[in-house]
Amino acid sequence: MATDIVFYFFSLITVFAAVGVIASRNQVHSVLFLVLTFFNTAGLFVLLEAELLAALLVIVYMGAVAILFLFVVMMLDVQFEELRQGAIQHLPMGIFVGVMILAELIVILSGVHLDHHAVEVTAKVSNTLAIGQVMFTKYLLPFEIASLILLVALIGAVVLTLRKRTGVKRQNISKQLARTRDEAVELVKVTSGEGAKP
Amino acid sequence: MPEYLKEILGIVHGYGEGFFGLMLWTLIWTVVKIVILLAPVLFMVTYITLAERKVIGFMQVRFGPNRVGFWGILQPLADAVKLLFKELLLPEKVDKSVFFLAPALTLVPALVAWAVIPFSPGIVLADINIGILYILAISSMGVYGIIMAGWGSNNRFSFLGGLRSAAQMVSYEVSMGFTLIPVVLLSGSLNLTDVVNAQKGVWFVVPLLPMFVIYFISVVAETNRSPFDLPEAEAELVAGFITEYSAMSSGLFFMGEYANMILVSFMGSILFLGGWLPPVAMLSFIPGIFWLAFKAMFLLFVFLWIRATFPRYRYDQLMRLGWKVFLPISLFWIFLTGLCMHLLGMA
Repeated sequence: MATDIVFYFFSLITVFAAVGVIASRNQVHSVLFLVLTFFNTAGLFVLLEAELLAALLVIVYMGAVAILFLFVVMMLDVQFEELRQGAIQHLPMGIFVGVMILAELIVILSGVHLDHHAVEVTAKVSNTLAIGQVMFTKYLLPFEIASLILLVALIGAVVLTLRKRTGVKRQNISKQLARTRDEAVELVKVTSGEGAKP
Repeated sequence: MPEYLKEILGIVHGYGEGFFGLMLWTLIWTVVKIVILLAPVLFMVTYITLAERKVIGFMQVRFGPNRVGFWGILQPLADAVKLLFKELLLPEKVDKSVFFLAPALTLVPALVAWAVIPFSPGIVLADINIGILYILAISSMGVYGIIMAGWGSNNRFSFLGGLRSAAQMVSYEVSMGFTLIPVVLLSGSLNLTDVVNAQKGVWFVVPLLPMFVIYFISVVAETNRSPFDLPEAEAELVAGFITEYSAMSSGLFFMGEYANMILVSFMGSILFLGGWLPPVAMLSFIPGIFWLAFKAMFLLFVFLWIRATFPRYRYDQLMRLGWKVFLPISLFWIFLTGLCMHLLGMA
């Protein structure tokens, strides 16, 4: 009874915020609605007693991903009204993605889900421990591959954005300290009447 | 808990359930517990302002506030009344909803996080299994208040302050999170009560001293305190994201900052300084809650001490410290902790 009330509370706000993401005219409001959606989804996870997933959702998506979204949206100052002009030509793609997600949801809800992979969580073992135990034994290889993919993405982002600016007179202390007398001082014989030649 | 208190509580529960019904009474009792928890926190928030002015005054050979009440003891109340009665100004062309939501979103996470802080064995509002992750999750929400304030104010100084703060908090959250991993490794639990109980032999500050130092510096940066108070660097940014706020709405930002300071001091005491455990068994006649409060007070004093001592960091220095110094050290220490535990046969 009490759980039902809390469930509908979180769900209503989630749906309302999700609609707000696509409906609001101001793009910063959209991102803030997205954050609200994340937070209430975390609340739903808590109701499912998946508290680790809830905490990770808040830490990763609210604490890092959405902040970066917010940064980009605030700084770029995209005029969404102009983008909306040609939005209709993306409609087939949008319908395709929507139908795919709907089909997946129907498949899951109709019971053809991967139940035999599920690990039973008993009351004695917290789900942090349960997830950790299967992640580092049964699913070790997929876990490591996922981490490698993330590493590749990380390095790729660095490579794409790193640029050495030429012509910047930045102080390089190790270079300064590595100088020897021979490179730094040049002795020139100055003939009188002509001055030193460069 | 003494026996007579338990009896009184039992009688109160009996009457409450009889009068309100079980469900409503559970709700009311939870609210009562939250009030009992938050009233001292808010009291401390009020009086840490006086402590700050007194301590810094002492360090700068001044008196600090000494006119309102004996020894300036009523000064925080005078400040609160002043803030409440000032006019609430709304600058033109601000985004009203974001502008007014921001101060609340700064204060609320700082108060919500107190739910999992254990004050002594069994005295905790919500004894959840993932206490440390909960604190990390809630404290990562605090940045939204500041970035929303910066953007919603429609002011370049505010916006710059908000952006600086967001980048700073996200960066230091990373190094703070990594300093907590050795603690979790050693205690084998994410539950804060278990973390304290694991320190019965030796406090974690002894094997993890560098982590404690990094934790403390990171939380100073995370709470935007001096010498990392770049978001409101008044010499360059007027008052940063607070520039456009007046009266109690700016007061809420300060309350959030102080509540966060007190929270991270309690967290530091619980994670590294043994929580409610006394330093030697001989002193265990003093109740644990006083030990915890005493340790947290000491950390709070260090906050003020740092503010009176160090000049402000430059922004690039701040970022370099977080990413290039703290992050490698804490990563290495995680590895070292794991290795030592493996060699000593603890894991």
